[in-house]
Amino acid sequence: MGAIPLGHYSTLAATLFTIGVFGIFLNRKNVIVILMSIELILLAVNINFVAFSVALGDLAGQVFAMFVLTVAAAEAAIGLAIVVVYFRNRGSIEVEDINLMRG
Amino acid sequence: MTVELFVFWLLALVAVGSAVMVIGARNPVHSVLFLILCFFNAAGLFVLIGAEFLAMVLVVVYVGAVAVLFMFVVMMLDINFVRLREGFINYLPVGALVGLVLLAELILVGGSWALREPVAAGASTLEGMDNTRALGRLLYTEHFLVFQIAGVVLLVAIIGAIALTLRERVGVKRQDIARQVHRRPAETLVLERVEPGKGV
Repeated sequence: MGAIPLGHYSTLAATLFTIGVFGIFLNRKNVIVILMSIELILLAVNINFVAFSVALGDLAGQVFAMFVLTVAAAEAAIGLAIVVVYFRNRGSIEVEDINLMRG
Repeated sequence: MTVELFVFWLLALVAVGSAVMVIGARNPVHSVLFLILCFFNAAGLFVLIGAEFLAMVLVVVYVGAVAVLFMFVVMMLDINFVRLREGFINYLPVGALVGLVLLAELILVGGSWALREPVAAGASTLEGMDNTRALGRLLYTEHFLVFQIAGVVLLVAIIGAIALTLRERVGVKRQDIARQVHRRPAETLVLERVEPGKGV
């Protein structure tokens, strides 16, 4: 990354992270879009990891980014399975309907 | 402006734009498609920075598996998407406030911490090896335990997803191999001596 400053990458990651958090607030009813926002947040974290790994010349950041990727894949699978089960039981995926445990 | 910087701006702007469309699209199918576009651009950025292996992993894992999973679920569930959009405007001010505060904080942190000048173009490689080889060498030696734990996490995810979505339906005729194997001749077979000229 000879020509591209590190600040560019971290600014891009900050922007993507913010868009992800904003998406969680904006689509408070749709669980699927919330899961996609979480994927965006994890992508932003990965971009930071890789950029700093390259800038500091330490490959450990890229190794860690791979683990973040693994956990993101597992999280997406489990989350979507929960969504499918919930839809099968209740017939909707609105977050506001999920209040059975409120007491 | 060098070619690399131009490519960076192109990829970054498309990534941010598609991320905005992910959270703003009316139809979740479009959201998934924009998510795929965003991941492709991030992979391009990784290639640009010299992390080719992670770029390919991003394409394979995210576009090939996660995004297809999302698409599958979105298309499988029969959801009234219009109702899910109600209250979109109500949440906008709070969300915008939180987002702006967060962005300001992140930029302040990034600005106050003097970002060091980039080291060298080939810093992501180990003594002249290419990125994939160096990553593999590191992954299978130093971080081997964590690598195994990542595998266990994936296994738990597989089993969890199957256990969550498996359902036992009553009244379905299905082959039960355990019951078949456990059948004994004594339970099912009756030997009758039939005398000639008479029926059973």
